[in-house]
Amino acid sequence: MYGWTGKILHINISDKTVEIETPCVEILNQYVGGKGLGGRYLRQNARLPWNHPDMVFCIFSGPLAGTSSPTSGRAHMVSKSPLTGLVADSSVGGKLATRLKKAGWDGLVITGKSPFPVGIHIMDERIEFQDAAFVWMLDTHDLHRKINPQKASLVTIGPAAQNGVRYASVIVDQHFAAGRSGLGTCLAEKKIKYILVNGTGHTRVKNPVLLKKAREDILRLTAASPVLMGQSGFTCLGTGAVYDLMDNRRMMPTDNFTHTKFAHAARLNASMYTKTYHPKKHGCLGCHILCKKTGTHDKKSIAMPEFETMSHFTALIGCTDTDLVVQANRLCNIYGMDTISAASTLACRREITGKDYTKETVLSLLKDIALGNGEGKDLGLGAAAYAEKMGFPDAAMAVKGLELPAYDPRGAYGMALGYAMSTRGGCHLRAYPISHEILRKPVATDRFSFSGKARIIKIAEDLNAVVDALTACKFTFFAASLEEYARIYEAVTGIETSTQDLLQKGETIYYNERIINALNGFDIKDDDLPTRFFTEKGTSGNSIDIPPINREDFIEARSKYYKIRGLTQKGLPTTEKAASLGLEWNSL
Amino acid sequence: MEQLVNKYAQKLIQAKLGKASGPSQPIIGGLDDMLVWNRPARETQVLEKIFDHLNINSLVFLRPAQPYKSLIRYLANQALSTTNGLIQPKDCETRTFLHDLPVIDSFNPKKICAVLKNRKSVIINPMDDTDSFEGPAIIAHGTVSPEQGFVTVSSVCFAGFIKFFTDYLESLQTGQATQAAHDLFDEITPYIQEEQKKAPKFIPFPFADEKTVYSAIIEAGRKTVEYGLVDSYFGNVSYLWNGTLYISQTGSSLDELESCIDPVPLDHSTSAGLTASSELTAHLETISRTGCRAILHGHPRFSVILSMDCDPMEKATCEFNTQCHIKCPKKRFVDHTPIVPGEVGTGPTGLCRTLPVALEHSDNAIVYGHGLFTISQDDFSHAFDTLLSVENRCRNLYFKKVFRLRNNPS
Repeated sequence: MYGWTGKILHINISDKTVEIETPCVEILNQYVGGKGLGGRYLRQNARLPWNHPDMVFCIFSGPLAGTSSPTSGRAHMVSKSPLTGLVADSSVGGKLATRLKKAGWDGLVITGKSPFPVGIHIMDERIEFQDAAFVWMLDTHDLHRKINPQKASLVTIGPAAQNGVRYASVIVDQHFAAGRSGLGTCLAEKKIKYILVNGTGHTRVKNPVLLKKAREDILRLTAASPVLMGQSGFTCLGTGAVYDLMDNRRMMPTDNFTHTKFAHAARLNASMYTKTYHPKKHGCLGCHILCKKTGTHDKKSIAMPEFETMSHFTALIGCTDTDLVVQANRLCNIYGMDTISAASTLACRREITGKDYTKETVLSLLKDIALGNGEGKDLGLGAAAYAEKMGFPDAAMAVKGLELPAYDPRGAYGMALGYAMSTRGGCHLRAYPISHEILRKPVATDRFSFSGKARIIKIAEDLNAVVDALTACKFTFFAASLEEYARIYEAVTGIETSTQDLLQKGETIYYNERIINALNGFDIKDDDLPTRFFTEKGTSGNSIDIPPINREDFIEARSKYYKIRGLTQKGLPTTEKAASLGLEWNSL
Repeated sequence: MEQLVNKYAQKLIQAKLGKASGPSQPIIGGLDDMLVWNRPARETQVLEKIFDHLNINSLVFLRPAQPYKSLIRYLANQALSTTNGLIQPKDCETRTFLHDLPVIDSFNPKKICAVLKNRKSVIINPMDDTDSFEGPAIIAHGTVSPEQGFVTVSSVCFAGFIKFFTDYLESLQTGQATQAAHDLFDEITPYIQEEQKKAPKFIPFPFADEKTVYSAIIEAGRKTVEYGLVDSYFGNVSYLWNGTLYISQTGSSLDELESCIDPVPLDHSTSAGLTASSELTAHLETISRTGCRAILHGHPRFSVILSMDCDPMEKATCEFNTQCHIKCPKKRFVDHTPIVPGEVGTGPTGLCRTLPVALEHSDNAIVYGHGLFTISQDDFSHAFDTLLSVENRCRNLYFKKVFRLRNNPS
């Protein structure tokens, strides 16, 4: 077999037994890997509660991981979200996917609950379970130091997950977070503190010559991309490069989305971090873009925040201190918490209580959340549950329970539709309309119009679903396209594949997620945005008007989306469409 | 969607790639929940089937107007009979974005889908005289906007033009020109030998305020398109004013630069250049090395064609003869205009590493197979005059070379 290893490791953590599944190439080709294969196993347990012992926690690589395919070394984690009850999944960088492949595994499917804290050691086919009671309370950085993984990949959770924070993340190789949906809490429920992976094998490539040619084409395209490799792009400034743009376009979520422009933005942008922390390039194993940045603070190396963290820990919560952002980012990483959800929950609290923050109160609250102290216990439930509990449900800026990232939908209507339709809740990455609405790739679209957006969002969701199944990086698709990756897929696996074949796999993967969510009671009532966006205007000025979104236009676009996606007008799957994609669905 | 399909049909006509009536009238479809066309046409019966089979939202169909019609037919005939149905131009735009141009011989939805499921465009070129379909035609699709198909169709026409004229000159130099190539050259020459107009006037230096800077850039972009000094509408323009470089955005149309100019401060205090032209780094480096204020970059055809003209004997023995665009080891010129290798963007072989050095010694330079850059110290007048005069000079030189070789093949 080429590309895949052809082996999936099933671990029952209750009794510490393992089984090896060897799926046929047809199954692997249908679901590809990453999000696709993870979704296949989640579907089999779709109706179980997130904390049921039989609920799966999946980690999958993709067929391209471990080859020279550009930016293809990400891993994908899949389970059910303790925060939302939806599909929980997250793409994560580092070297995890590559090490999994080297160890001979396309992925791990973990079920059960251990009676005591455990660490899983995977070295090729040797699987060992270590008592992790003595490291259970360590934060992710201390654990990393203690384990000292060297060339192995280390997956960890921090105290936030163990204390039941519903948006706890999984930290990989110290700096890379599977941030959204609370996947850390899923691992904590199974009492898995860490997973250490290493191996000695290699991914077999069917046609190295074709792979080399397609790789060169992608490298040429990324070099031509101002967003990726231009001097204001991600390679030079990290994802924080977007910060100025969001403010200039008047779509920077400010004061819990009550405004869309932040007066202090000019001195909190990526250039300011560059001047202050002198960051160096860093990234996933084998990546040439290197969007992550590591700076220097008090003569120590420190991870630089991503764009969403920069934006939410300043404009969203009304703070103006880059050091606060860096420290908050550090705390979230060592405690293992999603920065977007954490900041958004704090913004919700600020709106409800009317209390402004200082650097000290923010850092103190983050610690309370992670450790489950006092008010932190309620804040650890996420913005929606917290706001509900406080009697102000409208103050939660979340879709289906997942807090919104740093793009105000009143400034980009594709983003508005993308948020509402996303299968994991308020997520910018499912359809990633920022690409055409702001970054002009592949071409620019009118950001203040729903015209054509229903199909654009549907196609983009299919695209990004298969990108997550290939475990490639979405950033690359600001420059390259599935045309180049179809050739790479063919070169690596030897299976004749077209762009449209890949898009269809993406459509199947995405529809499978709609089915899983429908089985858990999600429908049209959940495919919506917070009321604020339809009733309150943003911050207009400089010839840019930011009115509230017209609700009728939104509803019309949603209705078109349902039709195009092959859903009923209640947002539910249909038997016919499911069957056409090779999926099973019997109406509720 | 209706507005977009009409807009890009109109732009194809304005670019003289299509016509307002007759067979070269563009057909553009856009699909959201409903499919809309810019006009009724018999061909939509087949084109609708493509929408049924591909996960796309737009389709552009064009039977190109002359001279593209004849030269694409010629290249497509060659491709179908000799190179596995692929036209393989060597210009930078094709190399970077399209890779090559697939050709099929019938207007059959299955065959069209078989190509488009993998590629951005397909050329339909019936080889059988009894086929009722009038070719050649270009079909291109998009997943976001009809603009994608429009850009692709434009690039196919440009690439075809460059390829034919480049190949023809080389075939004359090697004594391998066919009668068919001579005939085609004679047939299409009348379409391209238009007399160039005199350069227009521009907003004069000095610019009083930022608003004037924007106006001057918009004017320069629009006139570059009007004078046909670009491939369709693509190129880039910048101007340095008060420590900030104002530059056209990536993927912007030079005739529509309103709201498409990014102010990039030289002190790097913002990341506003994130959506700037992919040549931002080359522009900044040029300004730093030359002290110029204005930079114009177009893709004038004969400048691009002559940049790829290399003595066939020399080329045959050159160790880099398959990588001329990035590794040409020779100092080459058209008259006094230097030609440099370099790819789009900032990679290790990016033109940002070669072009600014060349512009230190010349107020204009051609990037191999790509386009012409010109600079001015004050307003856009000199940069535009240079763009126009270099292209006119290249045009004259090209035809002189061709006629000399045709009259004296030895």
